[in-house]
Amino acid sequence: MKLPLIGGGRVLAPLEESAFAALMGFFFGGILLVVLGYNPILTYYYMFYGGLGSLSNVTDMLGNAAPLILTALTFAVGVRAGLFNIGAEGQVYVGAGGAIYASYYFLPAGIHLGFALVLAGAAGALMAVPTYLLKAYRGVNEVITTIMLNWTAYFGVLWVAIVLLADPARPEKTISVAPTSRFPDFLLGSVSTSALLFAIAVAAAFYVYLWLTPSGYELRSVGLNPEAARFSGINPRKPLLSALLLGGASAGLAGAVQVAGRTTPFALYTGLSNVLNYGYNGIGVALIGRNHPLGIIVAGLFFGTLQAGFSTVQLYARVPFEIIQVIEGIIIFTVAAPELYRRFRGSLKK
Amino acid sequence: MSLDFSIVGAISVTGLNLMVPIALTAIGEVFGEKAGVVNIGLEGIILTGAWSAVYFSWLAQSPWVGLLGGALTGTFFGALHGYVAIWLKGDQIISGVGINIFALGFVPFAIQAVWGVQGSFAKCSVCGVPEISTPWSPLSYFVPLTIVIAGAFWYLLNKTRYGSMTKATGENPEAADAVGINVERVRFLAVMIGATLAGLSGAFLSIDYTGGITKDISAGRGFIALATVVFAGWKPMLALAGGLLFGFAQEVSSFATTLPAIGHTFPSVDYIFSALPYVVTLIVVATAVGRSRFPKALGTPYRRE
Repeated sequence: MKLPLIGGGRVLAPLEESAFAALMGFFFGGILLVVLGYNPILTYYYMFYGGLGSLSNVTDMLGNAAPLILTALTFAVGVRAGLFNIGAEGQVYVGAGGAIYASYYFLPAGIHLGFALVLAGAAGALMAVPTYLLKAYRGVNEVITTIMLNWTAYFGVLWVAIVLLADPARPEKTISVAPTSRFPDFLLGSVSTSALLFAIAVAAAFYVYLWLTPSGYELRSVGLNPEAARFSGINPRKPLLSALLLGGASAGLAGAVQVAGRTTPFALYTGLSNVLNYGYNGIGVALIGRNHPLGIIVAGLFFGTLQAGFSTVQLYARVPFEIIQVIEGIIIFTVAAPELYRRFRGSLKK
Repeated sequence: MSLDFSIVGAISVTGLNLMVPIALTAIGEVFGEKAGVVNIGLEGIILTGAWSAVYFSWLAQSPWVGLLGGALTGTFFGALHGYVAIWLKGDQIISGVGINIFALGFVPFAIQAVWGVQGSFAKCSVCGVPEISTPWSPLSYFVPLTIVIAGAFWYLLNKTRYGSMTKATGENPEAADAVGINVERVRFLAVMIGATLAGLSGAFLSIDYTGGITKDISAGRGFIALATVVFAGWKPMLALAGGLLFGFAQEVSSFATTLPAIGHTFPSVDYIFSALPYVVTLIVVATAVGRSRFPKALGTPYRRE
């Protein structure tokens, strides 16, 4: 079976485009660093040191990669169905809220985690229902709906965090996820490793669904050519619903992973600060990974490495850690225009 | 506690001031979307516009240079977005997401890199412009300016040849091309004009409204503006009204939470108020009224056959 990773024409072109986007991020990020008086080489050294420099840095990196892989799957399954689903951001919030809410119940370890994951996934999927209804029955573009839902979810979860999940002893955070519903730390002494394995398992499940089941085939057919799919008798609403619900569930799980699968803090913090932007950065991961589960795992590890550099960049290179987000933004901006790389290549040949 | 006249006055003035950034950004985006280009990077453009307005005020020791700098920062991002969306036929939504992520990192990074402080820089003695004094609190000159701009864009879109050309590129670029309109150039100009207003909104927030910069000064206003555009059915005057409605909602909600009766019975009720613009917009697009008003070529690059 041929991996559908590679498009027609030049075999490596998509990979080159992804690498080009990453290099553009480092290049323009480097220019910015120089202009503002920082040493880019030192900065990049500590950025990667933060993700790869020691065992605990590596587990931190894996912990960052797990939610990014899950939110990237949300975007990717949407693209495969011809959708532009940017709703992962809000679905992460409600997923995290759902996973924390599960800690109000007392259940044996293992079953408790399963329960939290089911709640988180269901909350994320539920968040996607309005997008489906408005698209299928009102013809409203999913970009509009998901932006509105992301912000509704943001303020809704902020509210729920205070009225329902507040920690009476610590006003800056919600209650912590119960130890019985945290990810197990059976590898490298960190919960992040099992969270990452879980994310990879979900990615594998998406692969199986998309390429090995009739329903997944229908979904991709609608995405590739909606007209042809309709003529061959596919009801376009079914793949639309599948893509949105599966994507919503995956983003909800990303929220769960973020509160139950990181070394700290096992809770939501003021302003949802520890779950922000995973949905939007997931779009970047999906694009760098060419909307394919395998590519997404690799791209997720790459973005996870960047994000794990937050503390080392700040502490050792003495550069504000936000430079990492600047670089991520430039990378995402660059992948918006594949033509940019083609022109760059063209100018090299002359 | 009874509502007395002075509280109503103060709320009205602040509500009008808070209308400005939402309305200005929304009016600009109406113009850009009429030309067929969506810019979801507005939030990031407001944020960087606000930062650079403070930066240029501080550098030139003049708030006027700052206002100009903020607006031109908007133009710059509009040009970048337009280049990707129009000339490179890239993806408008992804480009916008990239601009937002960039700005969320760039502004706190640059605040610390330039002024050596974390999160906010308030010690900008020149950051401030004259305001209209009222019996309650100062009203910004941006309020009448925004109303004039809304009228100007209504006129531009509905009464001028240039406005018709712009709308044609967003409704039917093939037909526009056939009658000799340079689709790319008209769209590019519209995106730059729209983004300039977003940059100016940012400059208003930092120079006029607060007199400094914080890393979250935009506070979702770019997204509220996007909601307003849809809510207003791509009409500049309704975008002004939407900005007024959502600006007032912001002020009323922050006032409501200070009332003990409300603050105690409904904890954090301001979060529910804050969600209002988005929920209202969802309801508007969900009802039949919201259908089929989208510029037909919205979001799709134009490729000549």
